[in-house]
Amino acid sequence: MSDQSTEFTRLPETDEEREDPERATREEVLDFWTERFGVPPETFEGYTFWERGAGKLWLYQGTPPSPVDIEGLGMTFLRTRQEHWKPTLEAVQRFGEHASQNVIHLDEDAARAFVAGEDQELDWDGDWGYLVVTHDLAGEAEPVGVGLYVYGELRSQVPKGRRREV
Amino acid sequence: MEPLDRYRPIIDDFEAFIDACERPLPSAVRVNTIKATVERVRTALAEADIAYEPVDWHDGLFVLPEDSPGANWPYFHGWIHGQEEVSVIPATVLDPQPGERLWDACAAPGSKTTQLAALMEDTGEVVATDNNLGRISALRTNTERLGATTVAVTHEDGRNHSLKPFGGEGYDRALVDVPCSCEGTIRKNPDTLEDWTLSHVEGISGVQKGILKRAVEVTEPGGTVVYSTCTFAPEENEAVLDYVLGETACEIVDYDLPLDHAPGITEWQDETFDPSVADAKRIYPHHNDTGGFFCAKLEVPAE
Repeated sequence: MSDQSTEFTRLPETDEEREDPERATREEVLDFWTERFGVPPETFEGYTFWERGAGKLWLYQGTPPSPVDIEGLGMTFLRTRQEHWKPTLEAVQRFGEHASQNVIHLDEDAARAFVAGEDQELDWDGDWGYLVVTHDLAGEAEPVGVGLYVYGELRSQVPKGRRREV
Repeated sequence: MEPLDRYRPIIDDFEAFIDACERPLPSAVRVNTIKATVERVRTALAEADIAYEPVDWHDGLFVLPEDSPGANWPYFHGWIHGQEEVSVIPATVLDPQPGERLWDACAAPGSKTTQLAALMEDTGEVVATDNNLGRISALRTNTERLGATTVAVTHEDGRNHSLKPFGGEGYDRALVDVPCSCEGTIRKNPDTLEDWTLSHVEGISGVQKGILKRAVEVTEPGGTVVYSTCTFAPEENEAVLDYVLGETACEIVDYDLPLDHAPGITEWQDETFDPSVADAKRIYPHHNDTGGFFCAKLEVPAE
């Protein structure tokens, strides 16, 4: 989980192009979003995926020469190199509207508790694991962040610095 | 307010200027069109019982007379960003077009960087530079919350900005919103003048010249550069423009600004500047009941 290196390396397209066997491929990333959340691969057309440190993926629109040694490249997007890949809150806020499965909708009180970082007991019939969390805002369901559903409980994954009492 | 006395000779209605500087400034927010529309932000602010007032020259800006932006739903979703009215000016003057490559020379904490990305509908590329890692952290946080996917962040001194990480390509436009003595932020930070010294003004002026010169160098022929500060000191404004006119092939051009303003000054104490610096705009707090600001538009001639 080292973030010491500031170097970004572009993900290989497919397994055949992969030199580091642990590094995710673009194909695997697209498959992950489709299989877990039903986000169609076209959603990410025009975006490039980059790894910085071990497992932290970033999403960007440009195509600088890889590797590139700078401080930031677009947004953090997905945590890989672990058993269950985990999308970031920012990726879900930006692309979560395309999700059609493993999406849990919260009422106002539950949504407030979620963004304050609280875990809560909730009924959920679907898969355990990381879920896209939505609530109603300005007349529509809006993706707000990532929750981990296990043992009858939705565990807020809102990073500490991002939590708010709204 | 004492350091401001030096501007008595150049500011019309100096008493109104001082009165305005003594009044606190309410918070303002910019709608982040990467993630929301102006209409949905209005609805979300109303749902949250947050009073907001429109700003007549920009439909994506709201003044919040009672609240500060922060702990509310539209903020959490990155639909709004706290940004003072005058701070919105330089990106609108730069007027980037979708798909262009830009350099934001002094980018942190990223209010203008993300505004540039939004103006390009989050297409193209904004290379955002800052020399301070702590401030870069704030820049990163803001670009993420606002959902910008076209911002690349570099840690370097803008005077020595390197094109190497991006394959040596120059820019279509550059924004040079430099660190300055911040006199124009007095309404937001009443103690901003406490540490004011002329030697600081003169010292920082050298840095500003170096960064603006570099911006002109890395902008492609036919490209545009905007220079801005939030200060009144001519040493940091017209004198910097005058220096860069002498060192590079750029020109200062006029532009429309839908806010009351005064022209750039061509004389200060015993110095005179190139007459074209008059096309720069000085915005004083008593003009539009805002903070103070300075903004100039430069063009790099086509080959």
